[in-house]
Amino acid sequence: MMANDGDRNRHQLSPEETRRRVNAGLRRRYRSEQLFRFYGICSVSLGVVFLLVLFGTIIGNGYSAFQQSFVRLDIHFDAELVDPDGARDPEVLSAADYSLLVKSALREIVPEAGSRAERRELNGLVSAGAVFELRETVMADARILGQTRSMWLPLASEMDLWIKARSAGESGEDVGGRISANQRAWLERLQADDRIELQFNKAFFSNGDSREPELAGVWGATKGSFFMLLVTLLLSFPLGVAAAIYLEEFARRSWWVDVVEVNINNLAAVPSIVFGLLGLAVFINFFGLPRSAPLVGGLVLTLMTLPVVIIASRAAIKAVPPSVREAALGIGASQMQMVFHHVLPLALPGMLTGAIIGMARALGESAPLLMIGMVAFIVDVPSGPMSPSTALPVQIYLWADSPERAFVERTSAAIMVLLAFLLVMNATAVWLRSRFERRW
Amino acid sequence: MLRMEKPQDVVAPPADAVPAATPVEAPRIAPDTVGDVTARDAVICVRGANVHYGDKHALINVSLDVARNEVIALIGPSGCGKSTFLRCLNRMNDTIESARVTGDFRLDGQDMYARDTDVVMLRARVGMVFQKPNPFPKSIYENVAYGARIHGLAANRAELDDIVYGSLERAGLIDEVKDRLDDPGTGLSGGQQQRLCIARTIAVNPEVILMDEPCSALDPIATARIEDLIDELSEKYAIAIVTHSMQQAARVSSRTAYFHLGRIIEVGPTDKIFTNPSHKLTEDYVTGRFG
Ligand SMILES: Nc1ncnc2c1ncn2[C@@H]1O[C@H](COP(=O)(O)OP(=O)(O)OP(=O)(O)O)[C@@H](O)[C@H]1O
Ligand SMILES: [Mg+2]
Repeated sequence: MMANDGDRNRHQLSPEETRRRVNAGLRRRYRSEQLFRFYGICSVSLGVVFLLVLFGTIIGNGYSAFQQSFVRLDIHFDAELVDPDGARDPEVLSAADYSLLVKSALREIVPEAGSRAERRELNGLVSAGAVFELRETVMADARILGQTRSMWLPLASEMDLWIKARSAGESGEDVGGRISANQRAWLERLQADDRIELQFNKAFFSNGDSREPELAGVWGATKGSFFMLLVTLLLSFPLGVAAAIYLEEFARRSWWVDVVEVNINNLAAVPSIVFGLLGLAVFINFFGLPRSAPLVGGLVLTLMTLPVVIIASRAAIKAVPPSVREAALGIGASQMQMVFHHVLPLALPGMLTGAIIGMARALGESAPLLMIGMVAFIVDVPSGPMSPSTALPVQIYLWADSPERAFVERTSAAIMVLLAFLLVMNATAVWLRSRFERRW
Repeated sequence: MLRMEKPQDVVAPPADAVPAATPVEAPRIAPDTVGDVTARDAVICVRGANVHYGDKHALINVSLDVARNEVIALIGPSGCGKSTFLRCLNRMNDTIESARVTGDFRLDGQDMYARDTDVVMLRARVGMVFQKPNPFPKSIYENVAYGARIHGLAANRAELDDIVYGSLERAGLIDEVKDRLDDPGTGLSGGQQQRLCIARTIAVNPEVILMDEPCSALDPIATARIEDLIDELSEKYAIAIVTHSMQQAARVSSRTAYFHLGRIIEVGPTDKIFTNPSHKLTEDYVTGRFG
């Protein structure tokens, strides 16, 4: 409303009236502030609750996978069975049937198992992986042949689950479905003899994948993920930083810089499976790189991470105050010297943080890896970025899909390993930021 | 590199090239300006400078000389183009993409904006001190040593030490910082930071020092110290200083140029500008009726 000067004077508030009105407004302001705080606390608590539920379930399901039940057997390394000609030929030693040793050791403890069916039940107590351990022992030192040695051998996964359930104070009925009454009785007897023990599950951390849950481990997938991330880091960080520096500091504003910028932002939002298809078409079909290789996985993840690194690095460069640039240029630093002596050191923490967050995303990515064959069942632990392997998230997916009950706890345990890696990476990002960040 | 060769070898020294200053000739050089824009023994000669920021014509047909061993003050209301002019003199405007600079800029007779002029060399010879103290987030020592280091002025550590200590001394800062040369330069007080920036600039041994309101962020005592410093430095360097304080201009400068809406309205000896200006606009400004 337009008002002339006289009106305005009449509408001038008295000090008392001003205070009264401010007071009335104050209460409203405080109320909305309190409401806002309440909303904030609600949403934070909701997030925390979900996180706790998630962690609780995963840890509750998975912690038992870090233990494995072992049975102590007195193995007689019968030279006649293992090495009939006594030549100690490594090929003969490695081809020998070590399950016979386990079987005879079991029969000694449980002599009453007479029928074929009972024997099969008895032999089913011990993991099929026990023979590998015996073979390794013999291969390491053949002089053991002819001797008897007391050894801890892993139980089969169903037995393991039952033992774990029993030791947790449960009846074990829910997991004991595949264990016969005989086997239960024998296990109880072995337990009474102190021949059964829960030990740290070393195999889980040192083995590759396996059809036998008690032999399956995350080491293969971890190494695969490690090689992949190595490739991703080595490619995406230098490339991303270089691209960001070029775009921010050297490129002149022109239409094609705008095009590049739009495309980088779009690339950051492309669904990851599309990168998998791209990797399949380009790296495997066109360049002929091997399937299931961490190198290809790393290349695909580099494509995925690159835009994130570029965007984070550009933001970090933009955040460097212009006064620092002016100072450097003002005493005659070249563009290059200004960037590398002054801008880059200040932008580096932000760049590293961006890179690590990008890497953390890449670590948890599984969809693009499915497209390039990293979903294959691979037993061997990869020895380098070219040997076939799988990755942690894909391993989780594979195990979650497996019918064996014992893979349930291993799935959760693998998730815990993955989460631990993510935690370490994100903690590193925070540490780097606080370590290198300088005030100016 | 070819471009690095000494400009003096290419072009004859300008002292003879520039015609001797006569009141008759001055209007021919700069028709918009009252007073004599030329100077004896000029180190910087600007003729017909124009700067556009996009569509904005920020500097219009400006001509001015800066002589060796003189302090010239650039005054004028806000937004009249003082900083723009100053930044042309060491090509800091190159960093602003929208800026377009035309006109004839000569340092010791050599065209500053010529194709074969090396901007790094130019900035080493024409140093700049900014309005807000902007030390590098590095140690005090590094701040001063940096310029000498990138230009390769010191052959060894002892020479570098000499340059650093000498520059800090000439900047009047040595007593305050000699025990903490490894502390960050950003940890100093505002006035100390500005003197550090001056030390950093003179460590490169420039021929001209440009100062854009160097005292605007400082208290009176720090300002007085910087003014003393400018006095001392003027024995060795040509100094062009932008200031909003008429008193400061009167105290430190021997010549003054008054800018108004992108033009230099009047140039003359400082005492004349402040006591007996010829142009109406100058008079309005120095008597406080404007700006
Ligand atoms: N980067 C830029 N882009 C566009 N216009 C600019 C830019 N820098 C300065 N200008 C314009 O050019 C004119 C002159 O600016 P300049 O900074 O030279 O003024 P000044 O005399 O230094 O003022 P002050 O005393 O406030 O510092 C102003 O109108 C300003 O708006
Ligand atoms: Mg200015």
